[in-house]
Parts: sequence; structure tokens; C-alpha cells
Amino acid sequence: MSSEADLDLEIVQEFLVESHENLDQLDQDLVALEQNPGSRELLASIFRTIHTIKGTSGFLAFGRLEKLTHAGENLLSRLRDGVATMTPEAADVLLRMVDLVRAMLADIERRGTDGDADVDPIVAEIMAVIESPPPAPPAAAAAKPAARRRTKAAPKAASKPAALPVEPPAEVVAEPPVEVVAPPAAAVAEPPPPVAAPAEHAEPTDNRSSVSESSIRVDVELLEQLVRLAGELVLARNQILQRANVLDDETLGRACHRLNLVASELQESVMRTRMQPIDNVWAKLPRVVRDLSSQLGRKVRLEMEGGDTELDRTLLEAIKDPLTHLVRNAIDHGVEEPAARVAAGKPETGVLRMRAAHEGGQILVEVGDDGKGIDPARIAEKALANGLINTAQRESMTDAELLRLVFVPGFSMATQVTNVSGRGVGMDVVRTNIERIGGSIDVDSEPDNGTTWRLRIPLTLAIVPALTVLFAGQRYAIPQVNLLELVRLDGEHGGRALEDIGGAQVYRLRDTLLPVIHLGEVLGVAAVETETSPVIAVLESDGRNFGLVVDRVLDTEEIVVKPLCGALKEIGLYAGATILGDGRVSLILDVQSFARRSIRVSEAARELLDVNVAESATADEGQLLIVSVGAERHIAIPLDMVTRLEEFAVDSIERVGRREVVRHRGAVLPLIRLSDFLGTPVHHTTDAAAGDATSVPGVVYTVRGRSVALLVSAIVDIVSAGAAVRSDIDDAGLIGSAVLHDRVTELLDVRAAVLAADPAFFTAVEDEVPDTVGATP
Amino acid sequence: MSAAQLATFHLDGYLFGVPVEQVQEVLMEQPCTPTPGAPDAVAGLINLRGQVVTALDLRRRLGLPGRDAADEAQTINVVVRCKDEAWSLLVDRIGDVMEVDDAQFEQPPDTMHGPQRELIVGAYKLDTRLLLHLDADRVLDVTGGG
Repeated sequence: MSSEADLDLEIVQEFLVESHENLDQLDQDLVALEQNPGSRELLASIFRTIHTIKGTSGFLAFGRLEKLTHAGENLLSRLRDGVATMTPEAADVLLRMVDLVRAMLADIERRGTDGDADVDPIVAEIMAVIESPPPAPPAAAAAKPAARRRTKAAPKAASKPAALPVEPPAEVVAEPPVEVVAPPAAAVAEPPPPVAAPAEHAEPTDNRSSVSESSIRVDVELLEQLVRLAGELVLARNQILQRANVLDDETLGRACHRLNLVASELQESVMRTRMQPIDNVWAKLPRVVRDLSSQLGRKVRLEMEGGDTELDRTLLEAIKDPLTHLVRNAIDHGVEEPAARVAAGKPETGVLRMRAAHEGGQILVEVGDDGKGIDPARIAEKALANGLINTAQRESMTDAELLRLVFVPGFSMATQVTNVSGRGVGMDVVRTNIERIGGSIDVDSEPDNGTTWRLRIPLTLAIVPALTVLFAGQRYAIPQVNLLELVRLDGEHGGRALEDIGGAQVYRLRDTLLPVIHLGEVLGVAAVETETSPVIAVLESDGRNFGLVVDRVLDTEEIVVKPLCGALKEIGLYAGATILGDGRVSLILDVQSFARRSIRVSEAARELLDVNVAESATADEGQLLIVSVGAERHIAIPLDMVTRLEEFAVDSIERVGRREVVRHRGAVLPLIRLSDFLGTPVHHTTDAAAGDATSVPGVVYTVRGRSVALLVSAIVDIVSAGAAVRSDIDDAGLIGSAVLHDRVTELLDVRAAVLAADPAFFTAVEDEVPDTVGATP
Repeated sequence: MSAAQLATFHLDGYLFGVPVEQVQEVLMEQPCTPTPGAPDAVAGLINLRGQVVTALDLRRRLGLPGRDAADEAQTINVVVRCKDEAWSLLVDRIGDVMEVDDAQFEQPPDTMHGPQRELIVGAYKLDTRLLLHLDADRVLDVTGGG
């Protein structure tokens, strides 16, 4: 509770600083307005200023101040709307109002109350000006804007005077003053309780320097420039230090040492100017919590710890929405209704804990609740239903891994589609936003005991730890936050080479398949022969892992991020540039965009994939038929998609238009060669080999009497799919790949293959038209 | 009033100029980091006292033949400031700052074509040769103008 009083005090201080500045501006504007009475722009600006002060003072329960500014606002709105014109009298009374506002603000600052100054005379004067403007506007016109400014008291009556026969029109004009005075009068009677506490609190500090004097506002641009310059200084220092180490001069060494200290301290101080306490973002949360919990019928107590933890203002801005989202989510889906809590043996009021702290060069922000938690089993259920995982994967996943599924885009998308209430909606967006600023998010949850979201955020955006790598003689920087591990691609010493799946390269990393891209391919740069073996940097972005092949890893260092010009930003390969210790520029790779580029899972493809996986999910529990296509490729077909295996006589295969069919048991069967369907380049030789043979093996798939045959090179084996490790590399005709019997095996998209043989297959089947075996040629 | 000062430089035997007030400084050859994937005219990035500046290969930008590695020992960086961004134009050789006036000015001839046509404001007829006035804004618009 005491934190709430502190919070209030802080809001008041902010209000004071802001208002003092606004009033200075107001003085200038009013004077300028007197010289240039017609300026709508000036009037609008003045109106906004007074409106802001009125709004905030109402919010902070400074009733008198509100009453005064409300009256001023009335006059200003009339001036702004052109109902009245600026006269010396009007300017005079407005200026005096500003003076009184200033005096009252001083009172608030000294004593925490808006004082006992009598605002009524000025209010009356303002009303007098409103009522008797020299170029008297017609009464009806005057009534209109005045009515618009009224509060709930009698909005109907004011906007439709005709509907109220009791009130003569003249009174409508006269009414505003009465109406204005009435509600604040009640408010004035009320303030003492909230005002009393800060008043006592502030008494002994009368002679401290006032808030508005001890802090100044500085242009953000200027701060940015200071940060930049400090960054340059640090770079120059690094270069001098490097050189000084070589020279071994004692005097220079001492000077360098001092330079080192001063530069570091300067950088730190300058960075601090951009730092703001996280409280600035948290300040809005009590309101969010109060509104949402009353709206949802929950009882929630908000606890905040470490609100003075500071972080870079740009970062603060960036985490505002994700934090609000997490808080909303915690109340919506975390904290149970009071009755349910009592039934579960918990106190009626739920607790929402916000915690911020420095941890290992990063800021840790936690949002925790003591609600019902997330049940991993339910997540698994949903992920299975959406085809995000298959049963085999589900078996091997730990609870923590299941929880992490809430950050996968497909997961929350599916929740929206099926409208299943649960956590996860928009969590992928939260994660994307956090990752964009180089942070990370994790979740910890215990059913019935609550959920804690953990955000790790860098201290500042300007300096990031990075890995420098070498490729084709150039150095590139990769932000450490994206880096998981480094793997040396060493063919001779136990390491495995890269394998190929339908043109995509993969690497077997502890039995999972890691999609691999070459930096050279992404950048369009030819690789250069190197004597060292290349290295895979295993990177993570958007919840996907992939490997990036580079020539050599050089170093890890803190780099100062420099912006790129528009033309270079546009190409989407680089997140920025930096200057390394030797003064050369190095590009920072945009890992997020690399991931998008390389893995190419468009939303549409992903949906298609989900459908297929969902369809074959049951098959995964069963067994897979392994066939070979060409000399190298192993293809798996779910066994329940296989009706029978047949050998087809080569000379029974005939060509009908662009398709091939086979006469079989007195019927015509459409067929497709998997080698053609999957585009295996070696199929001609194998076909030639098959040509020598008299028959070709085929897999026949029949649904309600309608069949197609898939021709393969050989039938290899039938294996249990349970142990299969899936990776979602999607290529035409494939739904993924797995390591089966220590071999990379591709999972055939049977549906697509069948459609390639007989485009009408499923429509005909689904129309439930009983058909004789085979399609009409 | 109708006179202007142009900072001039040489490229493939031609004399080009940009208004002197746009030029921030001139530097000898700097180590330049290539930027794969960038528009063709971008030569790379240089470190200008801690600031990362994009360098344009002006020959490539103007569609002139590539530099002969043998005879040009160094490229020169003409750092220009445009829309609050600093850019470096790589040129063969720097010339004098020349005072020109409108009387010497001619629109680019209609027969002129190629990338230069868009990038040149016009020509000043000097006593011995032509000075081509480059439109720096357009030259730096590497994404729009190719």
C-alpha cells in the first residue's frame, strides 16, 4: 500500500514539472494571441495546455485547480470555436488565471494541497467575460458550445434545449457558471483524505530545491548524440590502448590507464542519461489491473518490486506493450475467480507480482501470478490438434518444452481459430517484440500454483555483445543473443557432413535435423578456399533454430551498433554496422531476417503443413513403409496410406495424355513415378535399370474402390514411426524428414502425390460417388 | 548571385562537380568493407572518425567503365552531406574548387542518354573543357535510380 502512496507522490511530481513548462509556454502563447487574436493554432495550443492541467488535476483530486482550469477552458473553447473573439479583457483574465494556477501549483509542491486560495473571483470574472462579450454573439450560438462543455449533469437538456420546455433558452446561457461550480464544490469537500498524507510528508522539506529546478528537460536528439560521441570515444580509446600495449611506454601507459577509466565512466554516465526507471512503464499497470479485474470479476493485488531498476528509454518504450499484454493475460487467464480460488484453498485475492532486477548484465523483468497455472497436458492436446507436434514428439517433450509452445506462432493462431480459451493468444507477438530488442522471454508454470513470465532485456541497445566470424575474408558480427552454440564441421574427426533433403541442407545435431544455410549463399558471395574447416553457428530466431555456415569464428566482443543508410537497410541482410578494434567497419547480420529468408515457411505453407500433419498424425503412431527413389533417397509413407504393394509389368504401362496409367486386373489405374513427383535427378539411370527388369514395384492406395499407384525404385523396409525425430523442412511433395535407422528419410506428402496422379481423386471420393476401380482415362 | 562554386573531381577523363557547400571533406583512400547484396553502385562502408559512411563507386553509378587497377593508385573519397546523412563518393582524382556562373551553363543535350542523363543537372562551358554538374541528391538515391 505504501508503494501506492509513493506512486501518487511521483505522479504529482511529474505533473508539476510538466505543468510548469506548460505554463511558461502558455504565457508566451497568450501574449502572442493578444497580438494576433485570430490565430486558431495558438488558441488550440492554449486550450490543450489548460485541458491537460484540468484533466490531471481532476485525476489527482485537486478540486480547486480543476474548477479554475475548467472555467478557463470554457472560455478558451469559445474563443477557439470562434463563438467569442479575443479581447484585452479576455486575455487579461486568462493571464490572471494562469498566475493563479501557478500559485496553486507552488502550493501543491510545498504542501501537497492546492491550497486555500480562493478561485471563485477569477472563475466569476471568466464567466463574466463569457457572458458579456463585447461583440455579443447571439444567445443561441453562445449556448451551443457552452452546452458541449457540460458534464453529465444535464447533457440531454443542454444539447436539445427545445425538448425542455421548463427551461427558457436564456437560462441555458446563464447556466454554465452554476453547472461549473456545482460538481467541483463536492470535490473540494472531498479531497482532504488523499491530500492530507502527502501534506504532512512534505512539510519539513520546504527548503529543498523545487522539482522544476533540479531537473531539466533535454532534447532526446542531444542525448543520442552524446551517447554516440561517448561510443566513439570508447572506440578511439580501444585503438589507443591496443597501440600503447605495443609501444611499452610507461608515461603513455599511465595516461592510457586514466583515459581508459574516464572514457568508461563517461560512457556509463552518458548511458545513464537515457536510463529511466521501469516504474515509468509500471505506473500505468495499477489502473490496468484495477479495471480489468473488476471487469472480469477477479480480485487481484498488484505487488511491484524493483521499480527503480533503470533501463534505456527506447527499450522501456519497447517493453511497454508486451508487459501490459502479460499483465492482462495473467488476470484474464491466470488468476481464478474468487470462488474458484477459495475452493482451491487459496486466498480470495490473487497476487500479481512484478519484479525487476539487474542480473548478469541484463535486466530481468518478471510477471508472476498465483493463479491456476498452465497445464502442459492441455498445451500438448492443443498442439496435437493443430498439428504443431505429432504424437511421437509429444512423447519426448518435457513439460518445459511443452510450455514453450505457447510462443510458437502457429499455436496462438490455432487458438484463435478454434476459439479455445486458454493462454497463448498473442504470446508469439510478445516474444517477437522482446526478441526484436535483443531480449528473450521464458515461462515457468505450475498447475494450480501460478505462472511466471521471465523477460531478459539488454541494458541498452547501443552496445551489444556479439560474435565476430570470418567469411570470404570479411568479418561479420552476429548478436550473441541469437547464438546457441558453435559446431565445427570436421569431416575426419567424428563430425558428420551436411546432408541433403530435397535440395535443402541439414545437419544432424544430437539426432535432430538442423536446417543449414551458407552465409555465402544468403549474401550472394562466392566462398573462398580456406585451410580450416568451416563452422556452423547454431542460431535461434522466432523460435526456430538453424545453422549458419561460416569460415571461421574470430572473437566475442562488445560492439557499438551504428545505423546503416536506407539503401542498405532495405536489403534486409544487415541489422547495422559496427567498427571493430582495428578501425575497420564490420556488418552486423540480421539473424531474424536470415531465419525468415532461409526457412521460408510462409503462413500458407505452414497451414498446409498443419493439415497434412494432422491428417497423418494417427499414422505416426503406426508404422512407416520405407521405399527408395533413385539410388539415394529414402522416402517414408505411412503404412495406413498403403492399401497393397504390387509389381507392375513394365510393358503394361501406357501413356494417356500427360499421365501414365497401367492396365491392371482388368482396370486402368492412374500412376505416378515418385522420382518424377519429387524431382529426383537420378531417376533416368534407375529407370533404365528398371527398364531391364520386367516389372516395377508400386504402392497402391485405394479409397472406396478408387485407386492410384505410386511407382518407386524399391521397397526397403517397414519401420515403427515411434522413434522418428521430425524436422519441419518443407519441400514440394514432402511434409518433413526424420532420422530412421540412422538415415535421413523424407516423409512423403501422400495426399499431394495421389493428387498428382489423379487430380480428381479426393473430390470424387469425398463426393462419395461409388466408382469402379480406376479412373476413366 | 548567379555564380556558384563547384568542387570538382575527375572520373574516367571527365570533369564533374558538386556544389561546394555539399562537400564535407575529402579523404585519401580508406579501407572499405564490402556490402554483399547491396545495390551495385555501393562500394562499401568506410569508417569516418567513428561514423559509418556508405561509399558509392561513382564510376559504377554513372555507368562509366571500371577503374583500371594498374594506373590508378588510389581512389579518393569525396564526403558529401545530403539529407543529414554523410556519403562518400569514390572518384579518381580531386580537382579545384571552381567558380562558375549561369552564363556558362547549358542543359544536358537531348541526345545524352544512359544513367548520366538523370544524374547531371547540366554542363558549364569552361575555356578548355566541360564541367558536368552532378545532382548529388539523385546520385545518392541508389535504390530508386538503380
